[in-house]
Amino acid sequence: MKPSPFIYHRPASTSEALEMLADLGDAGKVLAGGQSLVPLMSMRLAAPAHLVDINHLPELDTVEVTSTHVRVGAIARHSRVERDAAAYDAIPLLRQGLENVAHPTIRNRGTTVGSIVHADPAAEMPAVLALLDGVVELRSANDRREVAATDFFVGPMESATRPGELAVAATFHRPPDGSGSAFLELARRHGDYAMCGVGAVVGTDPDGSVTHARVALISVGDGPVLVDVTPAVTGNGGGFDRAALNDLIDHDIDPEDDIHATAEYRRHLAHVLTARTLEQARERAVTARRAGRAA
Amino acid sequence: MDTETLVHVAFTVNGTPHELEVPARRLLSDALRHDLRLTGTHVGCEHGVCGACTVLVDGAPTRSCLVFAVSLEGAAITTVEGCGNPDGGMGPVQQAFQDCHALQCGFCTPGFITTIAAYLEENEDPTEAEAREAISGNLCRCTGYQNIVAAVQRAAELRAGRTGGPGANR
Repeated sequence: MKPSPFIYHRPASTSEALEMLADLGDAGKVLAGGQSLVPLMSMRLAAPAHLVDINHLPELDTVEVTSTHVRVGAIARHSRVERDAAAYDAIPLLRQGLENVAHPTIRNRGTTVGSIVHADPAAEMPAVLALLDGVVELRSANDRREVAATDFFVGPMESATRPGELAVAATFHRPPDGSGSAFLELARRHGDYAMCGVGAVVGTDPDGSVTHARVALISVGDGPVLVDVTPAVTGNGGGFDRAALNDLIDHDIDPEDDIHATAEYRRHLAHVLTARTLEQARERAVTARRAGRAA
Repeated sequence: MDTETLVHVAFTVNGTPHELEVPARRLLSDALRHDLRLTGTHVGCEHGVCGACTVLVDGAPTRSCLVFAVSLEGAAITTVEGCGNPDGGMGPVQQAFQDCHALQCGFCTPGFITTIAAYLEENEDPTEAEAREAISGNLCRCTGYQNIVAAVQRAAELRAGRTGGPGANR
């Protein structure tokens, strides 16, 4: 239960980190919060030859809030993003998702961008990024590119990040006014990986009727599963068409059996949690409309 | 294999500056216990689940088995040994654990003490539900949670100078 040896690099600037990553290529791995990477190394499931430690780059410890988006830097801890009042006011779904990420102690060290790059199908923040039409900003020694969430999650534990690249930030877009959001999940024990989890963003018109809705499900596919459920949640006088909703979800998820839950049970959870999450998001949208703010 | 390259790192532990030369793969938990002989920090699962190894890094509860010592250059670390009173007696959380019989075998206790000490810095008067949430990331295999929850609230009383009998506020 000890990591295998590796060579440690502690760059003093982002540009130095990018040079190191360019030199190391496939052999280099970025160390951010390490809350997923270090246990993987301790269990010898990962054995990178070189680690480039970005924990000492304050320029990456940022949470920028504008009228259109929240941009989170690579080394901003989950707990910092979770507590940021301006980020919550702009996009409540950020905190709603983060509250479900492991335990507070893990969130004190783990980073939001690191969790996204890790691309665990059970992770919450990739789903939040997908729901908010998020973008990951990747830099390398001589290039910079942005990858939309829909293209970023390639497979289980696999993102579009290439050797030599550093994910310097993730940008979450603010939903339109009149939106509401929620995130619910079920785990065997509080703070464990969810057997299934669902995030939702619901749009409403001034009367409080749902105009469109999307959900992102975790632990039931190769990555976050984004589903537009608008046809099942509009034009029902405020109620949702549960059968149609289940059909839309079933079409896109692909749950698997494991020691924690059967595929059938995960599918059941996906149905139940989707309906609950949408309902909570809708209620928040209506409340927010009355108060004149996002929820 | 060849002798591992050592990396220099400097941080403070319980206010005392330390400079170490350790292999890059040395976990903070091992650096504390083996290199600094601060064996109050206990290592349970060693993959971030049990919480026994929790220490404070710049005041924030952190799993010491989930960070490399070399990554903590310049950090201020607090272990259970640093949770006592300046006069050498027990700190409020430690005293509360004794008052409420919140430990049985004691293996998980250091992680609870550090976690609760930091929690009370931000939440001076937690409800029982909040106390339960505050310790949700720490496992006790003696199943002593009732008394640990009581100890969180007792520690809050002691910190606030409300020194009635144990659990006087319950």
